[in-house]
Amino acid sequence: MDIKSQLERKICEYDFALDELYLFLDSHPDNEKAMSLVKRFRLARKTAIEEYEKKYGKYFVTTNETPDTSPWQWTLGPWPWEIADEKGE
Amino acid sequence: MWQYEKKLQYPVRIKNPNPKYAQIIISQYGGPDGELGASIRYLTQRYSMPYDDVKGMLTDIGTEELGHLEMICAMVYQLTKNLSYEEIVKSGFDKYFVDHTAGVYPIAASSLPWRAEYIAAKGDIIADLHEDLAAEQKARVTYDNLLRLIDDPDILEPLRFLREREIVHYQRFGEMMRKTTDRLDDKNFYYCNPSFDKNCKTKL
Repeated sequence: MDIKSQLERKICEYDFALDELYLFLDSHPDNEKAMSLVKRFRLARKTAIEEYEKKYGKYFVTTNETPDTSPWQWTLGPWPWEIADEKGE
Repeated sequence: MWQYEKKLQYPVRIKNPNPKYAQIIISQYGGPDGELGASIRYLTQRYSMPYDDVKGMLTDIGTEELGHLEMICAMVYQLTKNLSYEEIVKSGFDKYFVDHTAGVYPIAASSLPWRAEYIAAKGDIIADLHEDLAAEQKARVTYDNLLRLIDDPDILEPLRFLREREIVHYQRFGEMMRKTTDRLDDKNFYYCNPSFDKNCKTKL
């Protein structure tokens, strides 16, 4: 796996850790340990995105994050169900 | 409303197409205990829920299930790519192919299309949470059965991830059930229905 994919994967792992913590906090809203983990993973996610953007340009997975520069890049593949190297097939 | 995130919750990269596996995995999309039903069940039940934390949990788990049905569809898509007519006929995929080509349509492994009878919204918090707990266990068993039948590591990895999520969701719904009964009359949980009765006394 190339460095770019590794970084993308790392960001997705932090996303998942956070999603898991959010569910836990839904039923344990006063749990301080979980909240401190949220802080830690949010920071780690931010740092990983900064590292990605320094090397590869804007990281975006939502329309609101998609650069407002022409041409509009949102629809560019590969889409998530496609395997990256099948792009342009 | 919802905002799409252009990524899978867990990566799906299957190197070897296999229409036989696609035909059983598709059950976790459109089958009786699949991810489509899971998502619709939780998102639908939210409206009659009396407690904010239960509304939140159903919203968040129902949303995650949308991500899971996307993973299942990605598996079916990758498993049915670039098939020859010979492979289609030999694998028994021809019966699906004739109606849907390689489109991804929500059906069970038995070929029965998805139906609303797979889900429930009873409008009673205790009945609905029991439905959700049972649904997570049934989905877990379906993943266990798929794991018994499949031997490609590219498929097993994401299936194991999804199976694990059923167990976590079961745990979270169990906590919501406990919080709910703690708020009700402990001599008779069924004295009134907090999802419907205006003067149902609950300890919020």
